[in-house]
Amino acid sequence: MDARTLLEQLFPAGHDVRFDGAFFHGSGRSGTTDIAVIGTVDAAPIGVELALALAGAVLDTVRRHPGRPILLAVDTAGQRLSHRDELLGINGYMAHLAKCLTLARNRGHKVLGLVYSKAVSGGFLASSLLADACHALPGAEVMVMNLPAMARVTKIPLEKLQDLSRSSPVFAPGVANYVAMGAVESVWQGNLAEALAAALAGMPQHDRRRELGEARGGRRLARPVAARVRSDALA
Amino acid sequence: METLRFEYLGGTPPAVQAPTLTGVVGSGNLEVLVEAAPGSGSCVIEITTAAVGFGHIWQAVIDDFHARHGLCDLRISVNDVGATPAVVSLRLDQAIETFLGDAA
Amino acid sequence: MNAHRHSYYEAGARERLHGLLDAGSFRELLGPAERMTSPHLPPLDAPVAFDDGVVVGRGRLAGRSVLAGAQEGGFNGGAVGEVHGAKLTGLLERALDERPAAVLLLVESGGVRLHEANAGLIAVSEVMRAVLAVRSAGIPVLVLDGGQFGCFGGMGIVARCCDAIVISEEGRLGLSGPEVIETTCGVEEFDSRDRALVWRTVGGKHRYLLGEADVLVADDIGAFREAAIRLLDTVPDLSLDALDAEHGRLAARLERFGTCRDALDIWSALGIGQPARLPLLDTDEFLTATADRRA
Repeated sequence: MDARTLLEQLFPAGHDVRFDGAFFHGSGRSGTTDIAVIGTVDAAPIGVELALALAGAVLDTVRRHPGRPILLAVDTAGQRLSHRDELLGINGYMAHLAKCLTLARNRGHKVLGLVYSKAVSGGFLASSLLADACHALPGAEVMVMNLPAMARVTKIPLEKLQDLSRSSPVFAPGVANYVAMGAVESVWQGNLAEALAAALAGMPQHDRRRELGEARGGRRLARPVAARVRSDALA
Repeated sequence: METLRFEYLGGTPPAVQAPTLTGVVGSGNLEVLVEAAPGSGSCVIEITTAAVGFGHIWQAVIDDFHARHGLCDLRISVNDVGATPAVVSLRLDQAIETFLGDAA
Repeated sequence: MNAHRHSYYEAGARERLHGLLDAGSFRELLGPAERMTSPHLPPLDAPVAFDDGVVVGRGRLAGRSVLAGAQEGGFNGGAVGEVHGAKLTGLLERALDERPAAVLLLVESGGVRLHEANAGLIAVSEVMRAVLAVRSAGIPVLVLDGGQFGCFGGMGIVARCCDAIVISEEGRLGLSGPEVIETTCGVEEFDSRDRALVWRTVGGKHRYLLGEADVLVADDIGAFREAAIRLLDTVPDLSLDALDAEHGRLAARLERFGTCRDALDIWSALGIGQPARLPLLDTDEFLTATADRRA
């Protein structure tokens, strides 16, 4: 789905989102609640400028609209791969965005992520995965790496990866895999404005992705391992 | 991957120590976990190796190791990524030294 | 002097922890004898490690209680899988209960472990969230970066989510490793075999000059220890003022260096004379030559 259609469906009462290249920012109304909307289009690779723009929009929301829920609607094919981005410290720009969202969270802003098209690897990590809850549309593409590339890098035969990916959600692309592992709360079907309102009403109070992953059977060890390290007695 | 298991009966039981880990699971290398098995009367060595089909060489290396140290009441677990016999012997000796050395 | 140095770069994760913390003080959580190995590697015929490539626990630093985690680069390049990541997340969340003086992260990682890519990516996200929760609770999280594999991928973002980074010249910090960029975009974009180019782009000296790392130390576990002790009283600041200031610095960096094609151009723009000599200087000479010239 393209971003303009998405915004129309999320905010049938209207919105004031402005587009600036691959970046967009504004607000829409969900029921009686104004929502800050921050996102990207065209599977934009996230480089230093875009990470900074996203962070700036978060800071602007915190400053001007205390408490307003934030919807991240980021379409990204991944982090931008370039010598220049590395030279300038792209990871620092992405971490800055994560810190700004933490500030918002600490000040009572709900932070919602919606993967409406693509979310890949470092671009996903530096956007929708930073939300309190990440949702997705049914046709969204979510992955770290496609299987042929993974086969090349790991030197594991492609057939073996394809075969295993039929029974395991742990490495292969696909929204369903991320749902099973708890990183995607839900897939929004039908009326998107209603789905948005429902998601806002049911925001998790802590990072519960491990619990979801365990309950859904896609990621059985993350929760118990973290719990043991947190609570085991030490001499 | 291949799993091998060797067991030697009899020998000297060391003082009971906390488990120790020596080495790293990387190409041409291995990690060795040494744990006390008080009262077992044996030294059990379990190996998981990425190099399939070298059981007879492992047998010789582990026989030598056991002959050198003659310890029992031990459980030794190895994760190997194709280390040479010389590297295996070296790591096993380091692992035992570290395990016994922690007594000091 | 060199005779007394204990190389951080050459050491393994356990050796680093033992050298860094007060002698004999480290106690490991969920240690190797628990055999909490990755369930995702055996189906792909890949070897496991008893600690899944990360050592976590509690120790003392200059007498003060700290929690510490150390990644083992020798195992899959320190890559993060489900168990590995959950150990780091659990360690950080333990800090919320124990309130240690600090959490130390001895990072060495290529990022997400591809054999369990989805689990690894989510795990890194959980580590990020946990780091920021610990800092929000007023407990500093300090990063030490000087291992053979550097700190890349999601762990490069994690590192920058923390309060401070101590790096050695040998340490590297970034997002996409040079090999990844070369493979995807071609050798003309980033020649990963040009060692000098790699080191001056992602190496400790450039990261320190740029302000991405806070302290530059020699490749010596003792030097990392001293730097970590000095940072123990860091007070985490995730206030609007602090993040506004960071935003300003990052915007200024883009403005000032955004058209630079090489680290040498940036060092020149910083007003450092003869920038080409910087890679040749030892740590003390480098710090003297660049004093007051950091971005």
